[in-house]
Amino acid sequence: MTPDTSDINGPVLSVRDLKVHFPIRKGVFQRQVGTVRAVDGVSFDIGRSETVGLVGESGCGKSTTGLALAGLVAATEGKVMFDGARVGSKTGRDLATYRQRMQIVFQDPFSSLNPRQRVRDILRAPLDIHGIGAPAERPQMVLDMMARVGLRPDQSASFPHQFSGGQRQRIGIARALMLKPDVIVCDEPVSALDVSVQAQILNLLNDLQAELGVSFLFISHDLGVVEHISHKVAVMYLGKIVEMADRQAIFANPTHPYTELLLSSTPSLDPRKRRNFTVSNDDVPSATSIPAGCAFRTRCPLASDICAREAPPLTPRDGTRLVACHNR
Amino acid sequence: MSQTVSGTMTDTAPERAPALEVRDLRIRIDAEAGSFTVVDDMSLAVRPGETLCIVGESGCGKSMTALSLLRLLPDGAHVERGSIRVGETDLLALSERRAEDIRGDRIAMIFQEPLTALNPVMTVGAQIAEAVCRHRGLSRKAGWAAAVQALRGVQMPDAEQRAQQYPHELSGGMRQRAMIALALCCDPAVIVADEPTTALDVTVQAQILGLMANLQREHGTAVVLITHDLAVVAEIADRVIVMYAGRRVEEAAITDLFDAPLHPYTRGLMGAIPHVGGVGRLTDIPGTVPPLWNLPEGCAFAPRCPLATAQCSAETPPLRAHRPGHLAACWNVTHDA
Repeated sequence: MTPDTSDINGPVLSVRDLKVHFPIRKGVFQRQVGTVRAVDGVSFDIGRSETVGLVGESGCGKSTTGLALAGLVAATEGKVMFDGARVGSKTGRDLATYRQRMQIVFQDPFSSLNPRQRVRDILRAPLDIHGIGAPAERPQMVLDMMARVGLRPDQSASFPHQFSGGQRQRIGIARALMLKPDVIVCDEPVSALDVSVQAQILNLLNDLQAELGVSFLFISHDLGVVEHISHKVAVMYLGKIVEMADRQAIFANPTHPYTELLLSSTPSLDPRKRRNFTVSNDDVPSATSIPAGCAFRTRCPLASDICAREAPPLTPRDGTRLVACHNR
Repeated sequence: MSQTVSGTMTDTAPERAPALEVRDLRIRIDAEAGSFTVVDDMSLAVRPGETLCIVGESGCGKSMTALSLLRLLPDGAHVERGSIRVGETDLLALSERRAEDIRGDRIAMIFQEPLTALNPVMTVGAQIAEAVCRHRGLSRKAGWAAAVQALRGVQMPDAEQRAQQYPHELSGGMRQRAMIALALCCDPAVIVADEPTTALDVTVQAQILGLMANLQREHGTAVVLITHDLAVVAEIADRVIVMYAGRRVEEAAITDLFDAPLHPYTRGLMGAIPHVGGVGRLTDIPGTVPPLWNLPEGCAFAPRCPLATAQCSAETPPLRAHRPGHLAACWNVTHDA
């Protein structure tokens, strides 16, 4: 959306080696006794009008990745680039510019909107803060955006509690779009919604992308939703990306054993294709004590000696994908 | 897709008497602002070894139905009419004390969120032992042994140690195993499971569904499973009831429902689900579920229905059999599927 792009085909957003570590403190003196490596070296690119799906189970760091990119938790390490230019310190003016290009839609449309503000004020706030448009034009900009996300203009004086869950998520999406950002982080935006409403929101996101050319980082635990909306998919496990590829490559031909496990655990919508679920007891290890070497080896059917010694790097395979596995 | 029913479906013996039978149930809520019906005309029957799924979106009355089956309706909600029979026992005719004898013994419940359903200040072993002692009159020692045995039955790793732990010390999957052990410890004839895997990750969900299917096969338990997720239904149901706004809108055997859904709501739901391997635009159902205290006249789905006619907004369609064993409540059922 910014006109000064030198390379139109290059990624709009590049993330390199992003790390978010949280200290674990204990005792009277709050001594640091350990570290949670919530995000531990994540790199990916998002192209223009592209949706990258970030999928994984709870505790894998997918939401923390999104929050760090939105500037809502501090990254420990790593860099973020827009159109190849590194984003400086996320403070002061730099942060304002950054937020203009990167917005977020949250999972819970009930707690992410201020209950005391009318919709028109919620949507106008970003314009006021960033000084976009003449003050006299802003009310019309708000109404235009409401129409675009499927809200009626006569609802502009209503408060969030007067809307249904799906409509509130539309408000959240409209708020994120007010600044015409390049990228929107969508953190489980449809998980709290009923399926019939979920479909409305997914279709809306697709329409908005086609119209506005906005890119999405779409974070979800639901493989069906991710397959539906994403162009590219990254699978995360305990802070790291274990496989990344185009949608078709991931779903037709999963390569990492964890991707395989996720896909084989997802129920199909066909009662004739019931799987014999293997009743195993394996649990995801705690993020405070991630196994040495490959983090997945404790649940992996292919695990061998090398997996305990060395963490496998994310390397290209047959030109279509990146996989972090010693045995694939 | 083959036209024959594959052998993975559980064969239910239709001649066996239902383990649970509900007839013409109506549940009402009395609120300060007035009272309204949350479940109406609910009838169902589940035979031993059979799994009945009740599927629907939030506010359709599926959880209220589940709670009523154990006489656990919250304050303000009550069964206005109808009957609930567990085997030969009419649950609604019992005193509260007698109902407690049945609950946990012949009919048990698995809740969605084990962290809130389990007692946080008792070890999981003690909770299971308490239930066994209450219903089987065992000594404390024998009760504890039965609890550990029940935890082994749900393949809890290190059952003896886990029995001595509190719910918060267990992972989500282990907690749900503990709750299943609690529900199964007295070998009930009927289990009611309200969204048992909704709070779990997909790999853990697969473990829990597999576990439930195995245990059901071993014990011949009748299962009523409440869910919003049609994929879970496809995975484990023998029969399905689709609910909308407090009523059954469709009921069928699992393959019939997925092969040829009759009700426009069911069809809409199936088109709305993004699923692995699916392509194309999702069919969304316009609008939202109406609030139960303000239902439209006639068919509650009519305002969102692509097939709605004048009749739909005037008269409530009755639930009728359109094919053997396949019921739908719609004036405009089309048989091409």
